[in-house]
Amino acid sequence: MDEVHAELSGVTRVYPAHAGQPEVHALGPVDLQLRRGEFFSVVGPSGCGKSTLLELLAGLALPTSGRIGFEGREVRGEVPDGVGVVFQEDASFPWLTVWDNVAFGLRVAEARTAEMQQRVADAIAFMGLKDFSKAYPAQLSGGMRQRVCIARTLVQRPRLILLDEPFGSLDAQTRLLMGDELLRLWRETGATVLLITHALDEAAMLSDRVGALSARPGRFIDMIDTNWPRERDSRIAADAAFGAITARLWTSLRGESLKALGRSMAALA
Amino acid sequence: MSRLGWLRFGVLAGSIGALEILCRSGAIKRLVMIPPSEMALELWKILLSGKANHDMVQTFTCVAAALALAVLAGFFIGLALHALPRLRAAVNPLLGSWYAVPFFVFYPLLVAVFGLTMLPVIVIAFLFAVVTMVINTLNGLDRVPRVLDKVARAHRMGPFATLLRLKLPAAAPNLFTGVKLAVAYSFIGVIASEFILASSGLGYAIAYAYNNFDNRTMYALMLFVLGFVTTINMLLYMWEGRMMRRRQGR
Repeated sequence: MDEVHAELSGVTRVYPAHAGQPEVHALGPVDLQLRRGEFFSVVGPSGCGKSTLLELLAGLALPTSGRIGFEGREVRGEVPDGVGVVFQEDASFPWLTVWDNVAFGLRVAEARTAEMQQRVADAIAFMGLKDFSKAYPAQLSGGMRQRVCIARTLVQRPRLILLDEPFGSLDAQTRLLMGDELLRLWRETGATVLLITHALDEAAMLSDRVGALSARPGRFIDMIDTNWPRERDSRIAADAAFGAITARLWTSLRGESLKALGRSMAALA
Repeated sequence: MSRLGWLRFGVLAGSIGALEILCRSGAIKRLVMIPPSEMALELWKILLSGKANHDMVQTFTCVAAALALAVLAGFFIGLALHALPRLRAAVNPLLGSWYAVPFFVFYPLLVAVFGLTMLPVIVIAFLFAVVTMVINTLNGLDRVPRVLDKVARAHRMGPFATLLRLKLPAAAPNLFTGVKLAVAYSFIGVIASEFILASSGLGYAIAYAYNNFDNRTMYALMLFVLGFVTTINMLLYMWEGRMMRRRQGR
C-alpha cells in the first residue's frame, strides 16, 4: 500500500504572458506522492491549479519546472500507458452508441475483436449500463453520460485513474450515488485514484487522503489521512469523523477561498 | 407520414390544383403558362423519346463535377484555414463578401481560357459552391468541444486519427449542411451558366425552348429540374434528420 505509484517533485506551472495578459503562476511548487491503490482527492479554491495539477500528472501539460513520475518513469507531455482520465465536461461522443463509446479506446488501440467485446461488455455491466448499450448519449441523463465516460476509461484497465471534477454538473443526490459507484470501481479494480473536486464533503467521504491546495499559485497547505476502512460508501457521512474531516478542510481553505474570491472581485472591478 | 407531413403534402397538392384550375379556366393565359398536368404529360413524352437525354447527362455531369470539386476543395481549404488562424484572419473578408461577387462576369474570360466546353460551366458552379463548404467546415471545426482534444490525447491518438475519429464526426452536422448547400449552389451555377452561354445542357434547352415560344418543352424541362432538385434535397434532409435524431436523442 505504501509503494509510490505516481509523484510530483517540486512541480510548478507558469503560463507565460499572452495577448496583453500578464504571466500567471498557476501552480506550485508542489510535492506529492500517490501510494499504489490509494484514493487521493485534491480540494482547493477556484483557480488554484487543481485541474492543472491533474493535467500535469496525466501528461496533458508540461511542467515549468520539477519532475513528474508514474511507475518509476518520467511523465513529460504524453499520457503514459496505464493512465486513464475522466473529464468534468461531457466527453461522450454523441454520434456513437453507448457500446461504441465504451469500445472507442480499444478500437483506437486495435484490440482483438473477441477481447474487445468481452471487455466492453464487462465495463458496461460494471457501470450499470447494460440496458442502454444501444442508446445514444443524448438519450441518457447527465449522470449516465458520465458513467459512459468512466466506462470508456475503465475498459482500458488503467492503473491510475485521474478524475477532474467528474460529478461537477450533477445534482447532489446523483453525486452521492456516483461517489458510491466510484468507490466500488476503486475497490474492485485496485487502481490508484486521484480525484479533483471542489466539494469538501465529497473529498472527505471518498478519500484515503485529501490534499488541500492554497489559492493561486496552488501549494499543498494541508494533507489529511481519513483512516476510512476500504469497504465504505456514502453512508459514512453519518460518522462523526466525517464532520471533523470536512470541518478541518474548511478551516484550512476558508482564508484561501476568500483570497481567491477577493482576486476575482478585484479582476472584475 | 406525420400530421405535419400530410399538411405539407396538402399545401403542395392544393397549390398545384389551384394552378391547374387557373390555367384551364383561362385566368392564366396559355402563352404565359400551361396547366401542370400538361407539363407532366409533356415531360413524360420527352423522357420516353429520349430527346433531352444528352442535355440531362451533360447537366448532371457538370453538377457532379462541380459538387465533387467544391466539397473536396472546400473541406480541405476549411481544414487548412482552421489550422492556420492568421491565414484565416487574412482571408475572412474575402469569405464574407464572396457571394457579393457576380461570378458570371468572368464567363467570357473562362470561355476564352477553356473554350466553349463544359469547363467554364463547371468552374462557375464550383465558385458558387466552394465557399459555403469552406464556411461550414470552419463552423463545424470551431464547434468541436475542446474536451475532445484532451480525450484524444488521453487515448494517445495522433493528429490524423484525432481528425478522422473525433473531429470530423463531431463536425459532421455542419459538414453535412455544407454539402447540402453545395448541392443547391452547384445546380444553380450549372443551370444558370447553361442559360447564358452554352450549346447544350438543360439550362440551354430551357432557354432554347423559351426563345422559340415552345412553352410545352420549356415548362416540362423546368418541371424536371425542379422535381429532380427537390427530390435530392428531400433525400438529404431525410438523411440529416436521421443523423440529428440520433444525436439529439429523439
